[in-house]
Amino acid sequence: MGKAVEIRDLTKHYVLKSETVKALRGVSFDVPQGDYVAIMGPSGSGKSTLLNLLGCLDRPTSGSYMLGDENVAQMTDDDLSAVRASRIGFVFQSYNLIPQLTVVENIEVPLYYMGKLDSRAKERCCMLASMVGLGDRLDHRPTQLSGGQQQRVAIARSIVNDPEFILADEATGNLDSVTTEEILQLFERLNGEGRTIIMVTHEDEVAEHAKRVIRLRDGHIVSDERNTDRVIAKSSVEKVAPEDAESAVDRSESPAT
Amino acid sequence: MFFRTWILGIKSLLLHPMRSALTVLGIMIGVFSVIALLAIGEGVSIKAQKDIEALGAENIIVRSIEPPNDSIEFSFSAREFGITRAEMNQMKAIPTIAQVIPVRELRLQFQYTGNALAEPRLGRLVGCTPEYQGINRLEVDRGHFLTHPEKQATVCVISAELAKYFFPYEDPLGKEIFVPAKKNRFSIVGVLKEKTATGAVGGSLSGQDFANDVYIPIETMRRLMGDLEEKRSAGSFERKKFELSQVTCKVKDVKDVPKTAKIIESTLRRMSTDREDYGIIVPFELLEQARSTRIMIQLIFGLVAAVSLVVGGIGIMNIMLATVTERTREIGVRRALGACRRDITRQFLIETIVLSVVGGCIGMALGVAFPISAEGSKVLADWLAPEYYERIPTYFREVVPVLVPWSFPLAFGISVVVGVVFGLYPAMRAAQMDPIEALRHE
Repeated sequence: MGKAVEIRDLTKHYVLKSETVKALRGVSFDVPQGDYVAIMGPSGSGKSTLLNLLGCLDRPTSGSYMLGDENVAQMTDDDLSAVRASRIGFVFQSYNLIPQLTVVENIEVPLYYMGKLDSRAKERCCMLASMVGLGDRLDHRPTQLSGGQQQRVAIARSIVNDPEFILADEATGNLDSVTTEEILQLFERLNGEGRTIIMVTHEDEVAEHAKRVIRLRDGHIVSDERNTDRVIAKSSVEKVAPEDAESAVDRSESPAT
Repeated sequence: MFFRTWILGIKSLLLHPMRSALTVLGIMIGVFSVIALLAIGEGVSIKAQKDIEALGAENIIVRSIEPPNDSIEFSFSAREFGITRAEMNQMKAIPTIAQVIPVRELRLQFQYTGNALAEPRLGRLVGCTPEYQGINRLEVDRGHFLTHPEKQATVCVISAELAKYFFPYEDPLGKEIFVPAKKNRFSIVGVLKEKTATGAVGGSLSGQDFANDVYIPIETMRRLMGDLEEKRSAGSFERKKFELSQVTCKVKDVKDVPKTAKIIESTLRRMSTDREDYGIIVPFELLEQARSTRIMIQLIFGLVAAVSLVVGGIGIMNIMLATVTERTREIGVRRALGACRRDITRQFLIETIVLSVVGGCIGMALGVAFPISAEGSKVLADWLAPEYYERIPTYFREVVPVLVPWSFPLAFGISVVVGVVFGLYPAMRAAQMDPIEALRHE
């Protein structure tokens, strides 16, 4: 199996008021395709910095970052934009859907910036919306959806460009336990379909669902181990999911919708 | 793709309809004022031009000016002033001049003895030649204007107003107008149509009121009345002598007008040595002047309007800066999802262009309606407050705004440029944001 991500000796230094802060002090790891990794660590461990580097939102001070077969460590801003559009799927803690766009239009956004928005794109976006259980809300605005529903739209958006990996940043941080379960289940399903997922979290219960946990502290990796007692989120739910998930979401929905 | 970006811009603007509407209002007023002010300027200059054209561009008018009576001493000798017949003949000799038309005017009381109810009325007795009709564009209602065979006859042509006053129920033709001061009677051969007074032009020609005119042949006037005028009033006795009130010189070719005017001036200066008792009016020069004045008016009005457009533009910039700050998170998300800086710049620039173009279009629509609404508001003002409306000088009441065709592309172009110029900075600021910072923004 090929590698989705290969990181070697990645460092990141920030200069703050003539003082250099070493946020990452040489981090190396590989993520094979189809893996499901949770990155954990207390605040100040370099977790966010690593996330920004993995998401090609920032450039490392030194080291190499192979995304598939391409070294993206020292690319220009525009090239990094193109890489983000075509090869990375983002899922954020606060969903970050664009308020003026509908569900389908939100899912289309990465395609728009890739320049691949054609007639088939819309079909595909509708299909993805149905896949995450929002087939009947294609024309809803984000404000008309509950948190869990918004996050599902975000997940659909993250895979619309067939990315090298999905980068989830505290994806369940704003959700209640039932909805969290639901989202994690969706991740597992995607992972089961062969998608690579890198998830940043500080919650152990969430990290337990990953196949592998990397722990950071003070800019170093302190542990990188396979999850032996992995928890599978209601694995039996998959077939039953739509109705079940719907009802769970409906409970958390605001009365306005 | 392209289309989509625009749709997105409109959608984003519709997210805050009130805010967008107010921003549009700024540009709308700017564009409207460009069009409206230029239309008013055009109306003013067209009116001025018409007034001048009424004098005839090919004419040069020489008018006698009565010098102020500054002698305190009582004098029996008549004051002599004005253009003389000799001077007129000199002008006639100038080769570029086709025709000279002499006029002599007196202010007198007129009377119709057949109508005892009508009080004598003060008016202008105008001694002239048949050509006078053409240069003043007088139109005959009934009968005929003075003719050459009648140049010695005691006939007259009267204005419509006088005809109405003296002969409310009679046919004026054939009746006689009596001039008590001269004890002369003139039989009426023609009645003119009503003619509105001409406006004062260029500051050197006072307006002419044709309302109470009686026209007689100039030769008849000279034969009956001579050149001497006596005026007696309580305690004063005044004698003045003048041969002609005005000479209108018709130049053969319009392009010779300025040259001919110079020749006339030097001729007159040579002949009437020390006196400055005449004025030369060259409508052609006034016309040229009016043209340059028109450019000035348009420039000034245009500048005033442009200021309001710039104010509108600043409004756009203000709103866009607020929008960019407010949508920092969205910018971060878009950057994360693959938008490069150019995409962000374009997105915000399109929004400002949409705002300014919408404002421009509404402004232009209002501009088209401006002349109609201006007329409407005049009627309304007259209806609501006639006494105040009456006090507005006639000149302003009569100005009709005339739309200047090029003001539309100009105003629209400026509004787009304003949109781009004032939108560029907020858009670039949006694009320069660090995506990580932007994503973290609450």
